[in-house]
Amino acid sequence: MLQDKDRIFTNLYGLHDPGLAAARGRGDWDNTKAIIEKGRDWIVEEMKSSGLRGRGGAGFPTGLKWSFMPKEETEGRPHYLVVNGDESEPGTCKDRDILRHDPHKLVEGCFVAGFAMGAHAAYVYVRGEFYNEAAALDRAVDEAYEAGLLGPDACGTGWAFDVYVHRGAGAYICGEETALLESLEGKKGQPRLKPPFPAMSGLYGCPSTVNNVETIAVAPTILRRGADWFSGFGRENNVGTKVFCISGHVEKPCNVEEAMSIPLKELLEKHAGGVRGGWDNLLAVIPGGSSTPMLPKSICDDVLMDFDALREHKSGLGTAGVIVMDKSTDIIKAIARLAYFYKHESCGQCTPCREGTGWMWRVLERMAKGQAEIEEIDMLLEVSHQIEGHTICALGDGAAWPVQGLIRHFRDEIESRIVGRKTVAVAAE
Amino acid sequence: MSDKFEFTPENMAIAQKYIAKYPEGRQASAVLPLLDLAQRQNNNHASDAVIDAVAELLGMARIRVVEVASFYTMINTKPVGKYLLQFCTTTPCWLRNSDEVVEAARSHLGIDYEQTTEDGLFTMREVECLGACVNAPIVQINDDMYEDLTGPQLIAVLDALKAGETPPHGPQIDRQKSAPVGGPQTLNDLDFAEAD
Repeated sequence: MLQDKDRIFTNLYGLHDPGLAAARGRGDWDNTKAIIEKGRDWIVEEMKSSGLRGRGGAGFPTGLKWSFMPKEETEGRPHYLVVNGDESEPGTCKDRDILRHDPHKLVEGCFVAGFAMGAHAAYVYVRGEFYNEAAALDRAVDEAYEAGLLGPDACGTGWAFDVYVHRGAGAYICGEETALLESLEGKKGQPRLKPPFPAMSGLYGCPSTVNNVETIAVAPTILRRGADWFSGFGRENNVGTKVFCISGHVEKPCNVEEAMSIPLKELLEKHAGGVRGGWDNLLAVIPGGSSTPMLPKSICDDVLMDFDALREHKSGLGTAGVIVMDKSTDIIKAIARLAYFYKHESCGQCTPCREGTGWMWRVLERMAKGQAEIEEIDMLLEVSHQIEGHTICALGDGAAWPVQGLIRHFRDEIESRIVGRKTVAVAAE
Repeated sequence: MSDKFEFTPENMAIAQKYIAKYPEGRQASAVLPLLDLAQRQNNNHASDAVIDAVAELLGMARIRVVEVASFYTMINTKPVGKYLLQFCTTTPCWLRNSDEVVEAARSHLGIDYEQTTEDGLFTMREVECLGACVNAPIVQINDDMYEDLTGPQLIAVLDALKAGETPPHGPQIDRQKSAPVGGPQTLNDLDFAEAD
């Protein structure tokens, strides 16, 4: 188990004051100037060698992403750091704790990351429902300005840096980076075609990098304690620590920061009191937020919680939002409810997603009641493949994957429900 | 449009502060913050007049503001009660029995989703994942999340609101935020240069 001394988010549970003085006591803003003085290239290289991969779901190497920003600012095209705090992936609630309990880690992270990409401003986009959390971040930003940590001479480095908090207003799609940029520009949150990628043309058409809250908030600690320290946890290519969110049918749902590559079973049993009714009562786990395909118990028995291990089982680490379902779960209904979520949140721009998400939901609702034909299972699978990869953004993929996971592992359950209903109907005649 | 909406001087000052967050010529970025601010001043309702006022202040075509207002679920283009009860029923909440919480509210208030009680106090709304899944099930009441709920607990909260009280939000069971029930099992062995 990860030791407390190696945990980055030491106020994850809000046991301590989130304010500046207390945050400094926990090590935040400790000689930030020294980090900045090592220079832009050093910061990017150190992030690269730390092996940090983005914590928002896609797992793209962070240092590499930062290196895509142009070296020099051209006239009238300032660089921007945009922080994605639109946390809305079902099963995920880690950024909420960072925003409300450890906001100074994020604010300091904005400065070092922003500096490393030649930006003088960061916009933090917080989902609208997080009203109190955005207020907590606002307070931290105000404190940082008052203490001279932000502003025209941030931390006495001579580098001007501003942080602005921007609240959304209820739209899952705004967690997609280009939809977020559209929303931040005051438009409907509809994803843009890529290329151009944000590093070339992002916010207001200027070079921008969009990073998740957790990704930015861990950066100062990595730079302070060193890339080697961070990469000492987890397996190669999957290193570091990570905040896991454990929800659903466990005895004690919770958030916890753990080492990457921790076995799923250990994660659930050590931190969340285990599966309700014992490990053998486990039916399936959605390992990384609603978009990642579920894993049946047989895989959960020994799978590791990291990008590569979960990918080997055709799933993913995603946001590390672990949704646990015990044997009392109507597994078809559980996925039908997720299908409804995607139908509701589709922005409507691409036909396969706009029409397909609703179609999949309606079929799944029927299947949950057994009101379907056996052939429709393959038709549903086929439609999910027609959606996947045929849309501007990944929402279509995210809608298709949980359905594919259901059919991959629980086809028997769908079939027996259909057959069972037919049998009852025949018997009644 | 029929009625007229004007920001109060206090809110106009806040609006100007919001607008100043964005670069020159990019004031449209403030459309969501301003719609939110304006609807708060207007009984949580982004009426036609509110939309007109925001469009005028930001120099945006009215249709652009309408487009935004209709896209985002938190902009209330129809009137709602004093307390907007937002029930999360997405899978993580559903697994923790959000159905029971919804049913309790339905039978206690005698209304369904998108309906308002006759006294104008409560509107029920089904929402998608609220992002507090380890504290499921959750109901967000205006700005505050009520977490780890059961039906009876929600009814107690609603009765308290009706009596003019402000029941504490957050977990409705003995629990420290997102830590496991029974107390944190991590972060207990830390020695900070505590200033708090």
